[in-house]
Amino acid sequence: MQQTKHILVIGNGMVGHHFVEQLRAKDPQANITVLCGEARLAYDRVHLSGYFSGTSAEQLALTTEEAYQAANIQYRLNCWVEQIDRDQQLVITRQGGQFYYDKLVLATGSYAFVPPIPGNEQPHCLVYRTLQDLDAIAQSAAQSKVGVVIGGGLLGLEAANALKQLGLQTHVVEFAPQLMAVQLDQAGGQMLSQKITELGVQVHTGKATQAIVAGAECRYQLQFADGESLETDLVLFSAGIRPYDQLARSCGLAVGDRGGIVVNDQCQTSDPHIYAIGECALWQQKIFGLVAPGYQMARVVVSQLTAGGLSFTGADMSTKLKLLGVEVGSIGDAHARTPGALSYVFTDPRAQVYKKMVVSKDGKRLLGAVLVGDTSNYDSLLQYALNDMLLPKQPEQLILPAASGAAVAALTLPNSATICSCHNVAKGDIVAAMDSGCCDLASIKSCTKASTGCGGCTALLKSVVDDELKSRGVEVKNHLCEHFAYSRQELLHLVQVGGIKTFAELLSRHGQGLGCDICKPTVGSILASSWNDYVLKKPHVGLQDTNDTFLANMQKDGSYSVVPRIAGGEITAEKLLVIGQVALDFNLYTKITGGQRIDLFGARLEQLPAIWQRLVDAGFETGHAYGKSLRTVKSCVGSTWCRYGVQDSVTQAIAIENRYKGLRAPHKIKMAVSGCTRECAEAQSKDIGIIATENGWNLYVCGNGGMRPRHADLFATDLDTDTLIRYIDRILMFYIKTADRLQRTSVWLEKLDGGLEYLRKVIIDDQLGIAQELENQMAALVNTYACEWQATLDDPQALKRFRQFVNSPQPDPNIVFVEERAQIRPATAEEKRRWQQQIPVTQLSTSELPATALAEEK
Amino acid sequence: MAWTDICAYEDLVENSGICALFNGCQVAVFLLQQQGRQELYAIGNYDPVGGANVLSRGIVGSVGEQIVVASPLYKQHFNLSTGQCLEQPEVVLPVYAVKLQHGRVWLHAQQQKQQASAA
Repeated sequence: MQQTKHILVIGNGMVGHHFVEQLRAKDPQANITVLCGEARLAYDRVHLSGYFSGTSAEQLALTTEEAYQAANIQYRLNCWVEQIDRDQQLVITRQGGQFYYDKLVLATGSYAFVPPIPGNEQPHCLVYRTLQDLDAIAQSAAQSKVGVVIGGGLLGLEAANALKQLGLQTHVVEFAPQLMAVQLDQAGGQMLSQKITELGVQVHTGKATQAIVAGAECRYQLQFADGESLETDLVLFSAGIRPYDQLARSCGLAVGDRGGIVVNDQCQTSDPHIYAIGECALWQQKIFGLVAPGYQMARVVVSQLTAGGLSFTGADMSTKLKLLGVEVGSIGDAHARTPGALSYVFTDPRAQVYKKMVVSKDGKRLLGAVLVGDTSNYDSLLQYALNDMLLPKQPEQLILPAASGAAVAALTLPNSATICSCHNVAKGDIVAAMDSGCCDLASIKSCTKASTGCGGCTALLKSVVDDELKSRGVEVKNHLCEHFAYSRQELLHLVQVGGIKTFAELLSRHGQGLGCDICKPTVGSILASSWNDYVLKKPHVGLQDTNDTFLANMQKDGSYSVVPRIAGGEITAEKLLVIGQVALDFNLYTKITGGQRIDLFGARLEQLPAIWQRLVDAGFETGHAYGKSLRTVKSCVGSTWCRYGVQDSVTQAIAIENRYKGLRAPHKIKMAVSGCTRECAEAQSKDIGIIATENGWNLYVCGNGGMRPRHADLFATDLDTDTLIRYIDRILMFYIKTADRLQRTSVWLEKLDGGLEYLRKVIIDDQLGIAQELENQMAALVNTYACEWQATLDDPQALKRFRQFVNSPQPDPNIVFVEERAQIRPATAEEKRRWQQQIPVTQLSTSELPATALAEEK
Repeated sequence: MAWTDICAYEDLVENSGICALFNGCQVAVFLLQQQGRQELYAIGNYDPVGGANVLSRGIVGSVGEQIVVASPLYKQHFNLSTGQCLEQPEVVLPVYAVKLQHGRVWLHAQQQKQQASAA
């Protein structure tokens, strides 16, 4: 048996971590020690800018200390290596620690290059590389209004996105005459500049920064070689990366002229006991600044250490990403430098899409591509390029708009085709996983790791799996539940075509069993979207989730919260006083919601009608906070008050909220209207987002906050109000008609065949010829709106349900509140136990009831 | 112990539940009226998983052959005939005998009834 080897790894970035993970999988015995320079273990640097849009450090983490401990991996955090003693095979740390190695792996990565510009060392001149850098940027941004990124490459634009998310007026300064000069050609770079400028980031290309001096209006002033200048409070350098090769240099390993630790095809340095992988390694005079080649190097070294024969043969540098919401893709020879190469170019100046395809002289092979504004063809094109597949006779079809049908069919891909380049998973691996019993996406992902890296191949993976399932004769089912062998969309169709008005009728005609908590609310929602009946009408009442049944939101202790509608977040002082007085009289906990309204917590079931009588009398309507329906239309104060506003966003938000209030949908819907491009209403995180322009309104669709944030897509620009409303009518009705149960618009769009482009064709071009019908259906719903609370207060039969006990006026003794920060909160189980020992329960809770509430109940 | 008059038939809600105070206990009473059947069920109102008195406000339905209510808090299903939780079988709620007579709904502590019939 082999002796246990001491494997020492310096660096715990994405590549270093991948190495450790792979090695442990291949060799459970190896003695692995990791020296990590940062305060935390590996995290996802690819999605770093998510840190500013709500992704926490924990969510970015690729592993945990517990996981390393469980896998018996020794690690040191905050551990900087001072010296490598190659003779004794020892590594010495700054703290004086000594680590022996049999094999040493350098995964030290790279650092951000700061150009030698006078003034670059000032406090608000920062770099964008680590979580620590991000914290520094956030801190500086809090005291800044304007931010400049120096460097218009891929990372620079990521950094610009971060500054924009932090609310700064953002500029990008690039030395070259175009953005992303490495990945894009000139025309692609120009299209990208144009789009980014429209998104509110100012682009300055062909600018050489000569000095950073004190500013007049801002903290600093950048002085350019052409004599111009730019004022800014914060400077972020993103002018490329440089390999961390200092350690290798000082111990005499071979390094490149321009940096980088020289490695051979086995990723071995000039010392056979030392390997280098990732961005610190120089292979054939090349440094690979992407994660996939780094992972590949990690696997090569694992193979070398476990007697495998893998070697590194270079890597594909193609890339697809979303920069500031703009889709950008670059494949292979983007600049058409191959002798004899021919280029096909497609430009759509209206939709601002640029696509270029570089093919071989004989037109048979794809050499490269540039995609800006629409990367839907990327996966197909990449497969043609990587697998050297024969192009169709008219290759231009691959990038022309009508060509969605010409996309490469997953079934035609060879088994050797790489599907996931991060984890090097070929189609054959996926087929093998399915042979061994994995038959859904989740299990295939966890078994092969496909699509768990950058996630760029998700759609392709799904189509490979679906096609494979189909070819095996497995029917891909989307039945709602055991009671209906139909999808939500099919049920909606059955309801509308058959004129079905009740659940019982639908069940007896198209279902089986008694229904359940999945199909009942779904059908309840379909019936409401189709006929807009009062949801508490007798045949519908049993279909609703408890929140819809009692028109309030149930909390953990069985009490409810109450949210009156405050359209657009605008409220008079009188109405504020009413809410305050109601909260006082019923002793409710009050909190401002994220949707610009007020939530009143701690209402008992039997108090709800009295509370609502007071609110309705004062002119409030239900806020539908409980429903799968329109929640709020958030707004900023707009041109009425704001110095920067260009349109009246408040009036628009109120009009839109009043138009769609009460609309029942597959899931909740949130909207926002911003009065200018500063976007204070955060419309780009909403299902429907509207941002004012000088000429009208830009419409954004299918954004989301929450667990899986998604930036909304720009759907149409400079709309007048009539067109804006018409498009929203159509989009919402199309969503209601076609989405799955509990599917937010963000996921709906991602699952929609043809995506955003298809949605535009349906909504704007009316390709399906249903636009008028969608508008009519929406008009019918808008015209039949009625406040459900008003209807409930008018209906003695419905009111009967609002009591804890059918045979006693007593409240639920299990609902007990204690005071915290001068308001109530639910008592914990422990508090209730302690309390119940002192006082009889029933007395306690009645004594908690406010006198007015008791009076009104009688 | 005898049957106790709880409420009028009209106080029940079709294919849904109400809650009654019975011997100091909270009891959820459900009326199933669907596909030609009319059945009454009564189980404890307290959801031991969520820790709140809310089961009468859940959605009733069927899972396979079992008639169930889904808790409105975390959606566990409870068999209305046995009180057993489908997702956590170790959790079993009290079950009560319930009947309709002279337009009134009557409850009876089932365990005592079983003892009585055994005696």
